[in-house]
Amino acid sequence: MIKVTYVASDGTKTDVEVHEGNSLMHAAVANGLDGIIGECGGSAMCATCHVYVDEAFADRLPPIDDMEEEMLECTASERRKTSRLSCQIEASSEIDGIVVSMPETQI
Amino acid sequence: MSGGVVIVGAGQAGVQTAFSLRQAGYADAITLIHDEAVLPYQRPPLSKSFLKEQQDEEALAFRHRDVYDDHQISLLLEERVLQIDRPNKNIRLATGSHLAYDHLVLACGASNNRLSIPGAELPQVLDLRFLDEAITLRQALANAKRLIVIGGGFIGLEVAATANQLGLSVTVLEAADRLMARVVSPEISGYVLSRHSAEGIKVHLNAMATNIQENKEGQLTVSISSGEELSADFILVSVGVHPNTELAEEAGLETDDGILVDEFLTTSDPDISAVGDCARFPFAFDTSLIRLESVQNAVDQARCLAEKLTGNPTPFQAVPWFWSDQADVKLQIAGLTPTADQTHILGDLESGKFSVCCFNEGVFIGTESINSPADHMASRRILASNRTLSPTEAGKDGFTLKAFASGQ
Ligand SMILES: Cc1cc2nc3c(=O)[nH]c(=O)nc-3n(C[C@H](O)[C@H](O)[C@H](O)COP(=O)(O)OP(=O)(O)OC[C@H]3O[C@@H](n4cnc5c(N)ncnc54)[C@H](O)[C@@H]3O)c2cc1C
Ligand code: FES
Repeated sequence: MIKVTYVASDGTKTDVEVHEGNSLMHAAVANGLDGIIGECGGSAMCATCHVYVDEAFADRLPPIDDMEEEMLECTASERRKTSRLSCQIEASSEIDGIVVSMPETQI
Repeated sequence: MSGGVVIVGAGQAGVQTAFSLRQAGYADAITLIHDEAVLPYQRPPLSKSFLKEQQDEEALAFRHRDVYDDHQISLLLEERVLQIDRPNKNIRLATGSHLAYDHLVLACGASNNRLSIPGAELPQVLDLRFLDEAITLRQALANAKRLIVIGGGFIGLEVAATANQLGLSVTVLEAADRLMARVVSPEISGYVLSRHSAEGIKVHLNAMATNIQENKEGQLTVSISSGEELSADFILVSVGVHPNTELAEEAGLETDDGILVDEFLTTSDPDISAVGDCARFPFAFDTSLIRLESVQNAVDQARCLAEKLTGNPTPFQAVPWFWSDQADVKLQIAGLTPTADQTHILGDLESGKFSVCCFNEGVFIGTESINSPADHMASRRILASNRTLSPTEAGKDGFTLKAFASGQ
């Protein structure tokens, strides 16, 4: 289990214990956080799991592949340097304590 | 006590309806009836990642148990609805009790079609729709060497691609003259066939399985219409689905290969709605009656219904979209493209990254993309807007869907 902090667009913080191997998208949705939708179930096909990753953790994440890169260009909320698809981020001890902010809208 | 909203079926559509109702401020009781013992879960990974990774079942659940409680959604597990008593507005459950409703939502989904050929009932002939079936399939993939997939649609091909990646010898039998014929253009069918063939999957087109036999060692032999015989350790049957309409039919609701609903997703009884795979509805883009089997359709209909039930009825007019994840082939479809009479390809097939723009009588109806998510997302935006895209425009030098969608 690692700790992930999700910050909603209004600033509300929620800490979630996530099993290693689970995606940050799934953990958010399964715990009923409204800021992430995850419609495609994690196939990098819908861009409704967009998050901004705290910069301190950015370089501990796997690189962005071509599909994710293109999907990130099509997110409903603005893309920033720290944008990622949370379905492509797996919980691991490497990123214990990671903080991700959820955008205003996913659709 | 008021019965509130009772939802039959806790698949993608039923679960989304429950949560969207709460999000829209619905304050009365919500009861969600699920006929399995496990928490409601998503199906798309069942033919993809779930078969490959030792993913636990928890990773498939839509929501944890306590989230239903927090949202005051009463989730009944291992319970089935047997009958609807419309005059008294209540339902009868398999465990014997009755439940009253103010509004009833039928989110009953669909069931897999079966093969009616000799041998189809053998235990090595598998089906895939439910979690327990996916677990059986995953075990078979881990232990066997040769798989035959009957049916070359999305799900059959996803399983075939996954099995091939896992090192099995895989053969696909498709009765039509091309793959995914019901849902994509011949261009995409041809491309996907070439990719899977290059990866070593053997595909037989125009091939009907006519008979399955088991020898003493439990090996299977499948006879096909050409007279050929193929052997396998096990078989996956993936030959389409039919909507679960029995409950609606017995209650006297109008059905026709789906529970008939209007643009507000209301059935022939104003106190009953239907959403997801089981509903046949008027397509906002051409008014024909259609039934779709996709997550997007289930989710968008559920959201639209929740708005209606909280006093904001708007006609259902979401742009349909689909995806299929077949190893390295990421297929995305925006719009409904089977009626295309003209296509235009953007990008090139060689690069494995291209899109087929589809037109009907000169009107843009959608795009089928391979590994081109930007084209897909742009096409959805174009379809949702009132802008018209002509084949001539799409054929101009330097045309991109993305630039067109942003009005350039
Ligand atoms: C293996 C697989 C892979 C898929 N991949 C994709 C994909 O990549 N992309 C995509 O868009 N779509 C995909 N789909 C399709 C998608 O999962 C369905 O369109 C979606 O699940 C439809 O949701 P639904 O709620 O309408 O129906 P369902 O998910 O079928 O749920 C209906 C539920 O109602 C229950 N039920 C029925 N009658 C009763 C009753 N009387 N009482 C109680 N419960 C009842 C059923 O048992 C079922 O659990 C896939 C489907 C499968 C099977
Ligand atoms: S869940 Fe769809 S892109 Fe991440």
